[in-house]
Amino acid sequence: MDFFAELGRWFLENWSGDHGWLIRLWEHVEISGLAVIAAAAVAIPLGAWLGHTGRGGLAVISVVNIGRALPSFGILALALPLTIWLHQVGLLSSGLGFAPTFVALFALGLPPVFTNTYAGVRGIDPEVVEAARGMGFTGSRLLRDVEFPLALPVILTGVRVTAVQVVATATLGALVGYGGLGRFIIDGFATQNDVRIVAGALLVAILSIITEVSFSLVERCSLSPGITVARKADAAIAR
Amino acid sequence: MTLLAQAAGDPRFFRWDWVWSHLDLIAQKVGEHLLLTGIALGVGLAISIALALIGLRFPKTYPPITWVTGLLYTIPSLALFAFLVPITGFTTLTSEIGLVSYTLLILVRNIVAGVQGIDPAVHESALGMGYGRRRLLFEIELPLALPVILAGLRIAAVTTIGLVTVTALIGKGGVGYFILTGLNRFFDTEIVLGSVLSVLIAVAVDLTLVVLERWLTPWTRQERGAT
Repeated sequence: MDFFAELGRWFLENWSGDHGWLIRLWEHVEISGLAVIAAAAVAIPLGAWLGHTGRGGLAVISVVNIGRALPSFGILALALPLTIWLHQVGLLSSGLGFAPTFVALFALGLPPVFTNTYAGVRGIDPEVVEAARGMGFTGSRLLRDVEFPLALPVILTGVRVTAVQVVATATLGALVGYGGLGRFIIDGFATQNDVRIVAGALLVAILSIITEVSFSLVERCSLSPGITVARKADAAIAR
Repeated sequence: MTLLAQAAGDPRFFRWDWVWSHLDLIAQKVGEHLLLTGIALGVGLAISIALALIGLRFPKTYPPITWVTGLLYTIPSLALFAFLVPITGFTTLTSEIGLVSYTLLILVRNIVAGVQGIDPAVHESALGMGYGRRRLLFEIELPLALPVILAGLRIAAVTTIGLVTVTALIGKGGVGYFILTGLNRFFDTEIVLGSVLSVLIAVAVDLTLVVLERWLTPWTRQERGAT
């Protein structure tokens, strides 16, 4: 019981200031949000275009397999020499902290969005595409007005998977000098401070669950009521 | 070619001499990685089979089972390990509890889906032949669900192998040891080595499971050959 009282006190005493948990929470959300947006901005157009043209099926399978086998910890560690090198040649003001964390989160965020966008566009009933072509839809208009809206729920599933993974991995950013909520866990490990460790873990876990739930809600809202049932089955498969 | 040789010879990029002089340590860490993964998958599979059987027998329990395992899956690995550290300390037990937790959702879901996906006619005929509930499960349902279960095991294995590297932060961690020490010493060779080894282990284990699947389910191949 004593431990929980201490935990409660920790939250009350450590919320403000540069090292408080509000700032750390914001750092965590900020880098995760930027990484997800950047990954989506690259992966959605690429996946949609490849899905539209039907090219690159083998590449997609490879991305899925390699993406799953790559350890997130390894990617984060590998991003560090890269950003340090970019700093040394003068392209980055600092090779530590934000830069390697962002690069790693961006790289990790690409595969789920990419493969789901590809699968979503590919998985559209060919008859719908035929009908749209028959009505005079071509090329980019077909993609934009027919294929993309129909694939949207599956794409959003990919964005959700990416977001949850990115929020989880941002915790490791503390290892390369970034802030974020992982700071409390890593520093707590170093100083054997159980209260700080559990407080950090609690904040990370809550943030992850909020991310998962809120993206699920957005996903649900993106469905038109008429196709809810059919699309749900597709999303379950693409997951 | 010269570029490659230069890069390989560049002491800052990747020092093969370091690798050659640490082969014993590398072998030890790879073995540790496989052991940590194997224990997690074995225990995870045992718990998942039990949970799946409960979920299949009492369908009302299935939603809460997926809810809890889903929650465990959503919590980031480092946070889950962090919750356990005050209780179980910086030990292999802490690592294994965390690693096992992550296998449950994938495995339970695939076992249930595998059993539910069996042709009802097969079920009927087994009952008609006088199979009891237990024999039906062990001799008909689980073997027929094996391809789906093994597909889940492959995903769980690859995921676990990646997560083992994170456990370097709380104790052992297999080849994650190289990633962590490389990170702390700014020594790129170790970071690259640890990451590459982790991917290689994942690929090797995945291929082994594919071979195992073909060996355990010969009927799926015969069907394919017939059509």
